[in-house]
Amino acid sequence: MKKKEIFITSAFTQNSVWRQILGICSALAVTNLMLNSLVMGLGVIFTLALSGFTISLIREYIPKRIRMMVQTLIIASYVIIVDLFLKTFYPEISKSLGPYVGLIITNCIIMGRAEAFAGKNSPVDSVIDGIGAGMGYTLVLLIIASVRELFGFGSLFGIPILGDWWTKWSIMVMAPSAFFMLAILIWIINTPRQKRG
Amino acid sequence: MELNAFIIFFAAIFTSNILLTNFLGMCSFLSVSKEIESSIGLGMAVTFVMTVTSAINYVVYHFILVPLDIIYLQYIIFIIVIAAFVQLTEMVLERFSPLLYYSLGIFLPLITVNCAILGVSLFMIIRDYSFLQAVAYGAGSGLGWLLAILILAGIRKKIKDKYVPTGLVGAGLSLIITGIMALAFVGFSGIVVIQ
Repeated sequence: MKKKEIFITSAFTQNSVWRQILGICSALAVTNLMLNSLVMGLGVIFTLALSGFTISLIREYIPKRIRMMVQTLIIASYVIIVDLFLKTFYPEISKSLGPYVGLIITNCIIMGRAEAFAGKNSPVDSVIDGIGAGMGYTLVLLIIASVRELFGFGSLFGIPILGDWWTKWSIMVMAPSAFFMLAILIWIINTPRQKRG
Repeated sequence: MELNAFIIFFAAIFTSNILLTNFLGMCSFLSVSKEIESSIGLGMAVTFVMTVTSAINYVVYHFILVPLDIIYLQYIIFIIVIAAFVQLTEMVLERFSPLLYYSLGIFLPLITVNCAILGVSLFMIIRDYSFLQAVAYGAGSGLGWLLAILILAGIRKKIKDKYVPTGLVGAGLSLIITGIMALAFVGFSGIVVIQ
């Protein structure tokens, strides 16, 4: 497969969130603010790319039986790097993301890519696949967050967009709207595909 | 934090349901909720593992990680504890209670990657709970998760044969039902707040 093809497949046509419904825990939890979503997305891209690289590099040497455990530990090591980086340089964001940075470890997307791609392909391809899948995930996060932050707080990235006349929809900040937004997104994306096929 | 452990237990089930307000454990929640029996099985397994691992992780964190000043390793340690405990439970069940093993055993491997388990351990550290509070929180969260998956499984069974727009079949519909459930649970949120 060509590099560009790998990227587009994992970012769009096989997007983890809307095609495979993976990794939605964090996709729902952090999307009330654009900034949090962006940081979360970058963290996931970093972890995906580097854990894909590492797992692909040592894929010949991992015993089959303890494969999952080894992969989890590799992923956890990179998540610790992300967590320490955020704690040191952006303590505010780290605080508002709370445990969700740590929960990148159990994000099914990362395990899914490790199993489905990095375990079978070359390190460079795995990095591209990881970045692609991570970008696809970040895209979903940002789409949902843009709607929730705009209606919930009247702002984007903390910059006020809608003026004082806007009555903030507090439901958009709360949990239920996250479920509805993701459901609507999946609905919109899946509709034309199924009509054609 | 002076909340009674009992209050935390109930708050974890209703007002801060781990699934409906913190969105944890969604993957297995959506895929297993097709049948009521397997939902109960998985829910019970989750409750059990969550209660015990929150206790173990509390002890490990406060008596090993803090004194040694290696708190930054908590993610790796917690994951290892959870995975090891799940493996152990599986072996013990298989050896001593084959009946229970066949009803719960198949769900155990799924649990290691259930983010709700790790989430409970991380939340209890962040919120600075005492031992009793942590265990109560673990048990309550597990039961809350069981409650949520049971409701969803029941609703999905009822509407199985009804007409649904094609693009919404499967995950989309489950998410909307979950959203409505979350709205209902927001109704509890005035009673008590645990952060």
